[in-house]
Amino acid sequence: MADAIAVEGLTKNYGSLAAVDNISFRVPAGSVFAFLGPNGAGKTTTTEILEGLRARSKGSVQVLGLDPWDEGRPLHRQIGVIPQDFRFFEKITPRESIDYYSTLFGTHSDPAALLERVKLSDKADSRFDTLSGGQKQKLGLALSLVNDPRICFLDEPTTGLDPTARRAIWDVVRELRREGRTVFLTTHYLEEAEILADRVAIINHGQIVAAGSPAEIIDRLGGPARLRIVAGSDVADFVRSRFPNEVRREGDHIDVVLRDREDALAILEAVQESRLAWTGFTTVRDTLEDVFVRLVGRMDDGVLKTSDGTTAEASA
Amino acid sequence: MNGRRILADLKVTARGYLRNPIALFFSLIFPLILILLFGLIFANTGATAATLYTENFDHASPVSQEFLSGLNQTHLVTVQVINTSTGNLAVWLGQNDNPVGLVIPAGFGQNYTHHIATNVTLYVNPQDAGAAGSAEGAVQAVENEFNLRAACQSTNGTCSPVLGYIPQSVGKTYFTYIDYLVPGLIGFSILTSPMFSMVDVTSSYRKEGIFRQLSLTPLTRDEWLASRVIWYTILTFLAAAIMLGFGIGVFGAKVTISVWMVPFLLVGPLLFVSLGMLAGSIARTPESAAVIGNIITFPMMFLAGTFFPVSEFSPGLQVVAKVLPLYYVIDGMNQVLLFQNYARALTDFVIVLGIAVVFFAAAVYLFRWKGE
Repeated sequence: MADAIAVEGLTKNYGSLAAVDNISFRVPAGSVFAFLGPNGAGKTTTTEILEGLRARSKGSVQVLGLDPWDEGRPLHRQIGVIPQDFRFFEKITPRESIDYYSTLFGTHSDPAALLERVKLSDKADSRFDTLSGGQKQKLGLALSLVNDPRICFLDEPTTGLDPTARRAIWDVVRELRREGRTVFLTTHYLEEAEILADRVAIINHGQIVAAGSPAEIIDRLGGPARLRIVAGSDVADFVRSRFPNEVRREGDHIDVVLRDREDALAILEAVQESRLAWTGFTTVRDTLEDVFVRLVGRMDDGVLKTSDGTTAEASA
Repeated sequence: MNGRRILADLKVTARGYLRNPIALFFSLIFPLILILLFGLIFANTGATAATLYTENFDHASPVSQEFLSGLNQTHLVTVQVINTSTGNLAVWLGQNDNPVGLVIPAGFGQNYTHHIATNVTLYVNPQDAGAAGSAEGAVQAVENEFNLRAACQSTNGTCSPVLGYIPQSVGKTYFTYIDYLVPGLIGFSILTSPMFSMVDVTSSYRKEGIFRQLSLTPLTRDEWLASRVIWYTILTFLAAAIMLGFGIGVFGAKVTISVWMVPFLLVGPLLFVSLGMLAGSIARTPESAAVIGNIITFPMMFLAGTFFPVSEFSPGLQVVAKVLPLYYVIDGMNQVLLFQNYARALTDFVIVLGIAVVFFAAAVYLFRWKGE
């Protein structure tokens, strides 16, 4: 499959600060690509360079075979963009906004169909300033589809939305993928990336620290799988006495760190034979979020603590 | 430049404007209120006589009656006789907001007939210079005539004045305040509607990312700008029609509607759309943009001849007025609408056009949709 986006050695300097520092990645056409990172990591700068809204300092960038900065106008006819916190003309309705965009792009989009698609039909004739955050974001999504784009850029499309509105946006993203469009998604919801994305890149301090499918990243960078047995300290002591594996006791369960798959079977068999009391078991793996937190920092109350101790507003 | 896209943007702009009561108020309703307000306050200036409230303590004498009818004949004042029991006239005038009053003392007629010097008392409010001047002029004129007549009678009986005058005003027609107010308020609209909203739009669209959004569509910056200039030109023509309609229809303003005002109505909005964009582009935030916009707009609003003719300013202020771009818009329209002095209007127009071109070029140069 051809690459919809190809980035090679991209660097963006603001004075002496490298906001984006020599990054490279490719996005295959027709896939969903999630770009993850804490605020200030270089996500938005990279996205804006891809969209042709910002000049780069170094490196090569091809989007649909075009240079976004030098060939912005032909590129913009083929991409759709919704920024985070989408804002538009306050007194104009969604239907009128879509008509406006249709005329600008010279397409013959049907406002009713587009609004139906993003589940905004009931607000077709309400003025923008009366829409809720989720409804505004849905309009942004509808407008980004007016020109039937080959690539959709969604910059934190669900930040601040309630779970229902978030799922509605996810449905549209899945549908875009089914239609063969490429989706470039930035988000700081790891769950969102894990559910939607074929490929993920994690950026921190302007550099890509991990890239691949969510499963690959977890395989490569996640902690080992663990056997979780719902049981008391007697079982923990028993496993420790019989096996070399690390055993952690947490709440009503114990976690046994597995070295390979056969470990789990042997341990379960031994516990069963010991006749000690246990009520259930499962194997657990790191999620993408666990990996992200290990690579980048941790989230507390919406404030991301980066690994070097600085903080950034996650919802800024 | 693509006409279809400009039209689409114009449609959205017009809709947004018409649905925004505040914008609409300041562009069309506010100037209307101003013309009604200033018109009602000043419509009578120089046009009708001041009312001269008179206490006549010599009511019975024909001489006092003749004196009062003489005052009426000057057409500078209209005598209104009030009850002599009113008391202190100065106090009464002040309490009733009447600027001028006259007291004719008892024995006025008899003293006059016997050539005994006698004084009438004229009260004037110096703050109302117009009424004061009219009353003083009327009283002096009638006194002179009575003195002359008395002098003639004392010599041989009859005599007639040697010198007289025919009252005429400056210019072919006599212009009143309202006549100057019509072009002034058209200038006010040309200045304020683009300035206030372009400053706001330029800075807030940038902050809210709407320019960024538009830059991802085929709409170009120049098309957007063209749509704005067209919109404010339409608003200007509307405001001019309202001003002329109310000025002539309600206040009988003596203005000559002429095709030569069109160049000013076209280039004026271009000038102030550009200036508004410049102010909005230079400012970092919508708040500071509003401050910059007000610093530019308010002095111009008052000093460029909008509400009062610049010729009535002190010489120092006149110099200030003449560096303001709006001065040349208003002066040009005065020349067209009032004096039909097209040579001077052309000079004004060339100046306005020159300033507009400079501001427009600077705005286009500084106004950016995309970040570097």
